[in-house]
Amino acid sequence: MNELAPAQRDLRIALVGNPNCGKTALFNALTGSRQHVANYPGVTVERKEGDLSTPEGRKVCLVDLPGTYSLRARSPDEVVTRDMVLGTQAGVEPPDLLVCVADATNLRLGLRLVLELKRTGRPLLLALNMADIARHRGIEIDTDLLAEALGLPVVTSVAVRRGGTAALLAELDRMARLPAAAPPAGGWTPPDAAGLRALQREADRILAAAVHAPDRRDAVTRRLDAVLLHPVAGLVVLLAVLFLMFQAVFAWAQPAMDLIDAGFQALGAAVGGLLPEEGALGLLRSFLQDGLIAGVGSVLVFLPQILVLFLFILLLEDFGYMARAAFLMDRIMGGAGLHGRAFIPLLSSFACAIPGIMATRVIDSRRDRLATILVAPLMTCSARIPVYTLIIGAFIPDRPVGTGAWGWVGLQGLVMFGLYAAGIASALAMSFAFKRLLWRGQPTEPFMLELPDYKWPRPLNLALGLWQRAKAFLRRAGTIILAMMVVIWFLSSVPRPPEGATEPAIEYSLAYAIGHAVEPVLRPIGFNWQIGVALIPGMAAREVAVASLGTVYAVENAEEEAPKLGQALSEQWSLATALAFLAWYVFAPQCVATLGVIRRETGSRGWAWFTFGYMVTLAYAAAFVTFQVARALGAG
Amino acid sequence: MSFITDAVTADPFQASPGFDLGAAPRGFRGRIQGLRAFASGGLAAEELERRLLELGFVEGARVEILHQGLFGRDPIAVRVDGATIALRRREAAAVLVEPLD
Repeated sequence: MNELAPAQRDLRIALVGNPNCGKTALFNALTGSRQHVANYPGVTVERKEGDLSTPEGRKVCLVDLPGTYSLRARSPDEVVTRDMVLGTQAGVEPPDLLVCVADATNLRLGLRLVLELKRTGRPLLLALNMADIARHRGIEIDTDLLAEALGLPVVTSVAVRRGGTAALLAELDRMARLPAAAPPAGGWTPPDAAGLRALQREADRILAAAVHAPDRRDAVTRRLDAVLLHPVAGLVVLLAVLFLMFQAVFAWAQPAMDLIDAGFQALGAAVGGLLPEEGALGLLRSFLQDGLIAGVGSVLVFLPQILVLFLFILLLEDFGYMARAAFLMDRIMGGAGLHGRAFIPLLSSFACAIPGIMATRVIDSRRDRLATILVAPLMTCSARIPVYTLIIGAFIPDRPVGTGAWGWVGLQGLVMFGLYAAGIASALAMSFAFKRLLWRGQPTEPFMLELPDYKWPRPLNLALGLWQRAKAFLRRAGTIILAMMVVIWFLSSVPRPPEGATEPAIEYSLAYAIGHAVEPVLRPIGFNWQIGVALIPGMAAREVAVASLGTVYAVENAEEEAPKLGQALSEQWSLATALAFLAWYVFAPQCVATLGVIRRETGSRGWAWFTFGYMVTLAYAAAFVTFQVARALGAG
Repeated sequence: MSFITDAVTADPFQASPGFDLGAAPRGFRGRIQGLRAFASGGLAAEELERRLLELGFVEGARVEILHQGLFGRDPIAVRVDGATIALRRREAAAVLVEPLD
């Protein structure tokens, strides 16, 4: 038996618990910013780990396992939790200790899970989380009695308060000093219905003995739900929340965006001033100024909007509203052939389809999951925001829609809302079509979901969540987008114009040749050759199209004072082209990473190609109709 | 609702006492008498039963229908002892209840 001395190796501890038990808040409180996210070997389940030191100086590696109600493992997430608990997860060292986190305000289901975990024979500790809220609500828990009845150490914790984890940390030290127990004899089997019943009865019996709870619901949750889950008012509030979210994305982010924009312009000018315009150094100057700085800047400028969007999603999630939204939307989604649980993955897809598609793992049925995965890229992801913002800013007048009470609703915000609505409508329509055409007559799996009590979102959780999102976006901007920008600059700048050239430099470039080669295909939908050039690298990521247009027009206008991109577009594109471009982007499948994640999550190249094919078809058709109609109406 | 009757007629033990949670109105309070699971939404009867058990629908637990959706009064939000669970009436029909008060 290995002694778990701190000198030898880090103690490995895993957090297990029901969804909504505050496990992630506890994880954040224990590890702070010392977290890293990776994948479990061979599967796409996210593996969240963090480091901490106990009061006695032991180094601990803490793993946050996906939430589950039992070890029966129906979804890929739950399989990982089960295998980690049993110590059979391939390629990962089994944890030395399991910390079962239970919501002290709602112990019933948590206690049943503890009893199930106890059967595995693994070293186990129960942490009663949110102990402060439980006390506040008059819930009295006799932890000594509970520990005795369960035969386990029991501690209370308050993840969101300083010092709230002291008892847990002290207990970890105490348990680490004990000699490691003999590994359990194998032969764990998933409980059947009779087994689950017996466990719940035992949990109820222990609960009755050790916990005294007033027989009433949380007053705040009751009052809020009276409105937020009201059949009519609830839907109105949900729509209002979504509308406010999109207005905020536009309005709140603007000052920060202007600042970033100005910063990159100044940086470009400063670098430009250092180098001569002619010769080899001129090429370097063009590369730095037009390729690197303009390209990365035109993408980074959207960081504030993405953060505002994620702030909303994280707030709603922490607050406990997301499950309510799924409840309200269940029948509407069901009408489109989607599972009620698909709402959260689809809402996440507003930020990015990749986490959205990964979040579909909460849907147990493969068919329901596939339907959600196929339409998730139609939800307007944040990578489309740069494209929409650019075109709307250049072509849609910035004025209120109405006067008086409606004076605060901007026309630009309304168009943005319309584009989002088009994405949602097409996602619902497509899932309806897939359900009819691909899986005729197959029923949707039952919708069952716990509605947690409302909780105040915690600044630390929000900050850590936003930081992780920002990091992911910056990494994308720094790698794939940067690489594509270099390629685009190269194509737009090589070969250099001959001596005494009269035309703009770009007309001698490879990009010009490529753009003209694809132009005939794009002419019926109103796209010019510059768009053709931008669409090709835009395959890598949607927002690259903006940066590419930026580079193409910057190189084109290199001779003159480079105007801002929006201004250049409004001078050179017709309104019909602009609208067709927007219509294209509602459907455009242009994100290699999304297609990659579809391939990985469905385990099939075929579904990725299918997604690509149907989206390109829709995008072309939508742009064609938009362009032709707009031209017929005189916007050409 | 047609799907509820389908589920009931498909069940040989139709004569059991009380009634099912799927047919209960909003505001209903009762106690769970038993589960009578059936195959639903692609799940076998045994699997539906286990999922209901995992969410706390166990004999003796107190239930109350707190909320219902706009369309077809579906889904419903049910208080099951200390927790609130959302599910559709179709599956709630597997939970047999007797009224309290």
